[in-house]
Amino acid sequence: MNSTFHLANLLTEPPGIAHFMTVGAVLFVCGAMCMATKRNALGVLMGIELVLNGANMNFVAFGSQYLQNGGEYLGLDGPLMALFVIVLAAAEAAVALAIALNFYNNHDSIDVDRADQLQG
Amino acid sequence: MEPIYWPSFFFYLFAILACGFAVAVLLSANIVRMAFYLVLSLAATSGLFFLAGQEFIGAMQLLIYVGGTLVLLVFGVMLTSQERFVSMKTMSGDWFIGLMAGGALLSLLAAAAFSVPQWGSPDRAAVENLPVQKTAAPIAMGLLGARVDQPGPDEPQRGVMSGYLLHFEIVSVHLLVVLVGAAYLARAKRKTAPAPGV
Repeated sequence: MNSTFHLANLLTEPPGIAHFMTVGAVLFVCGAMCMATKRNALGVLMGIELVLNGANMNFVAFGSQYLQNGGEYLGLDGPLMALFVIVLAAAEAAVALAIALNFYNNHDSIDVDRADQLQG
Repeated sequence: MEPIYWPSFFFYLFAILACGFAVAVLLSANIVRMAFYLVLSLAATSGLFFLAGQEFIGAMQLLIYVGGTLVLLVFGVMLTSQERFVSMKTMSGDWFIGLMAGGALLSLLAAAAFSVPQWGSPDRAAVENLPVQKTAAPIAMGLLGARVDQPGPDEPQRGVMSGYLLHFEIVSVHLLVVLVGAAYLARAKRKTAPAPGV
């Protein structure tokens, strides 16, 4: 029942949900910052992939029986939701890539700052 | 001194790889390198899925994400890789605001994750004595509409909770629509030929 982070027994105690959630949080934050700061539209897409992976990490952690410590347990919901997220991410990447290629063909640029035709 | 718990070691190995390459994706300005770092980060993430006992999800992550989606992204990179788009610098003001917001969000999320006692490390002996389930049958049954992992409270006569058949069908139709839409959006435009004699 160790909830705090002890450096001494880092390798002797099994990782819990919190460890997986922290990795997911790092992936999420990196992806969100990619979406915010990249100027290449494909870089923004890669940020979206990272965000979805960070979310997936939480689903997998809460659905894993090896990480349970008497808290919430999603059971089969976790892996199945993770599968749906993976499939929807593939679909999203296909459509977004088609839009990006269309934009590139029409404007001869992949810079998201150039996509300002719809602003009022 | 207790012996080393090897899954823990591999967890930290894959966690460092996944987080490190995710940060590399963020910091790199070259779009080709970003794609490569993203492949490595997602592959390390699938290693973490394997460690969490979700072998099927890890395998699907490797097959669909690393093998499919990322190849799609790399094709996009190749199709748009003109000299001036390969390396696009981010403005330093964006970096500053992004690092502030990202650091605040990350510290909040990590602190929240470690503040719940039930989410901490489980008991080592209990984890080591768990039976290993070497089958993906519950996932397949769930997709076919039958939950075999927990009995349903509302349908005692069936003995199983209703599964994910409807979600599965919706995702299938969604994939079909998306494929048609993507093919329509990315089709080659036919050049309108000038009328003869003009």
